[in-house]
Amino acid sequence: MAEGAAVVGTGAPVRKPVRRGRWVPYALLAPGLLWLVVFFVVPMITLGSQSLQEGNIDDGYVFTGNVSIYADAVQRYWPHLVRSIGYAATATVLALVLGYPLAYFMAQKAGRWKNILLILVIAPFFTSFLIRTLAWRNILSDDGPVVAFAQSTGFTSLLQAVGLTSNDTLLASKFAVICGLTYNFLPFMILPLYASLERLDPRLVEAAGDLYASPREAFRRVTWPLSLPGVVAGTLLTFIPAAGDFINSRLLGNTETVMIGQVIDSQFLRVLDYPLAAALSFILLTMIVVLVAFYVRKAGTEELV
Amino acid sequence: MAATRTSGDLRLAGLTKEFDTFTAVHPMDLVIPEGSFFALLGPSGCGKTTTLRMVAGLEQPTAGRIHIGDTEITDTKAHQRNVNTVFQSYALFPHMNVLENVEFGLRRRGDKNATVKAKEALELVQLGEVAKKKPAQLSGGMQQRVALARAVVNRPDVLLLDEPLGALDLKLRRQMQIELKRIQQEVGLTFIHVTHDQEEAMTMADTIAVMNAGRIEQLGDPATLYEHPASTFVANFLGQSNLLKVTVTGPARNGEVPVTAYDTALTVAADHVPGDAKEVWLGVRPEKLRMGEHGGPNRLHGTVSDVSFTGVATQYLVRMPWGKELTVVQQNDGSGRARPGEDVTISWAAEHGFALDAAQAADAGVEEEG
Repeated sequence: MAEGAAVVGTGAPVRKPVRRGRWVPYALLAPGLLWLVVFFVVPMITLGSQSLQEGNIDDGYVFTGNVSIYADAVQRYWPHLVRSIGYAATATVLALVLGYPLAYFMAQKAGRWKNILLILVIAPFFTSFLIRTLAWRNILSDDGPVVAFAQSTGFTSLLQAVGLTSNDTLLASKFAVICGLTYNFLPFMILPLYASLERLDPRLVEAAGDLYASPREAFRRVTWPLSLPGVVAGTLLTFIPAAGDFINSRLLGNTETVMIGQVIDSQFLRVLDYPLAAALSFILLTMIVVLVAFYVRKAGTEELV
Repeated sequence: MAATRTSGDLRLAGLTKEFDTFTAVHPMDLVIPEGSFFALLGPSGCGKTTTLRMVAGLEQPTAGRIHIGDTEITDTKAHQRNVNTVFQSYALFPHMNVLENVEFGLRRRGDKNATVKAKEALELVQLGEVAKKKPAQLSGGMQQRVALARAVVNRPDVLLLDEPLGALDLKLRRQMQIELKRIQQEVGLTFIHVTHDQEEAMTMADTIAVMNAGRIEQLGDPATLYEHPASTFVANFLGQSNLLKVTVTGPARNGEVPVTAYDTALTVAADHVPGDAKEVWLGVRPEKLRMGEHGGPNRLHGTVSDVSFTGVATQYLVRMPWGKELTVVQQNDGSGRARPGEDVTISWAAEHGFALDAAQAADAGVEEEG
């Protein structure tokens, strides 16, 4: 009523803006909420109920509340779960190490080349994920120049020595899978990093130098903490999809590098063991949520602005 | 200037900065005595900030040397110099609280008493209570004081202030000018203050270097610069000046030189007339001119074309018979006021005039509003 009264003085006809305003936020929220309910909440419930069913594809599935399937799934597939988390974490760290300097350069030093570099980072998205991963098979193929170079420099021997490959080539190995994951999710790391480094005022770095901070100290005390929101966003956007990825391990790996996404994929689409696939999906989901919650808590308390 | 050289003087020798297409700072020689409050004054783009950044180590000079006392610092990096800057944008670290900001420099140098010293510095700028707040929670004036504390706390050999009051409103700016001067006297550090505000420079600094187009036009204390400007640029940039082109008509007598302007005989103090000049600019400050004949023997007649009352004073524009308008500022001391259209005599004493080389443009350094 107070707002309505304020309008009177202007001589404008009195309307009822208060009532009108109240439902607008909900109206704007509605499509998104509806989307979430239909495409997230409902499937999650379906998936949850599916994981507790028993039966087979021919006779149909019946809900039996068979919770023991979770224990069975973990027991059978814990190496794949651990491996997935390990590969995803390694790829995330690699993407951060590769992406940070690039994002920093683009945001702070590139000047008029900024937009061109940004397009180059996004450009791979114009081709399909699958095609790009298949391309890595060509790049790393046994008779290709990359392998020849890696062999001549002793890099393949080094990889073999540390257990990332099992022979003198590169393909079908842990190394290739991690490379593929790093490559495929690198833009998801670079873009949030770029966004937060773009906002970093270079005068703050100057001020740190003026206050006796060496370039290394200035990075540690000013640039890095101020870019943490980008680091957190980038690592999450890389780690989460990488942990559930099933393409890279299938196309670039071997039987020893099977990731949990690949297992879920084959349980759903080939073995047609829906309850097991659903249970594995939930286990993966829980692991990621717990890890991410722990990570965000750790990174997000003090340092984030 | 260099007569009383002490251990901490800042000395610039032939300091030059060239960018791709232009020279920002022409070879500059300058000695700034330890403990002085020095102002680099000039319009934007005159090279004052570039000079400051070279002293801070944020810009590499093209040529020349920088010494503090007997130590050459030309090739040292910013973080190795015992020089601190109060940045125009303050550049406070947004992720640290006020105390952490102030401690920053001390901690980088491994000072064991960083917290104690930082708290003292915050007391100095009267911000002891906000130590735990983030910079974004403070007003512009408070942020400015934090920036000052963060620099002062390190007790640098030279403290650089880059337009530190530029973002504050007028009232706060006046307050901070007095505050800055108090703090400088209290800590006794060398302050170098870059500004385009002539009033600010005159209020605070012991010595002002007026810069124009990459060169120092004139160096001196505020009163000397104001009363005896060496160029039309300085005459116009520091305050207002009425400039008349006059012809020297004879040799100096009793310390005064006879000149004529548009057939009117005038005199100007001899020590102001450069050498054996035939034609000079005769300059008089608006407040040295008097309405009526009691101001001195120099007299001109004209018509009042505009009157603006500013409270403490009244400003008149008086049109001369040859078309030029002179500005007269008269204190609001109770004497009668002239009205537009009135014919008046304006007068001034010979020693209140100054003479400048006639080869210069009369409007050099006229401040553009905005």
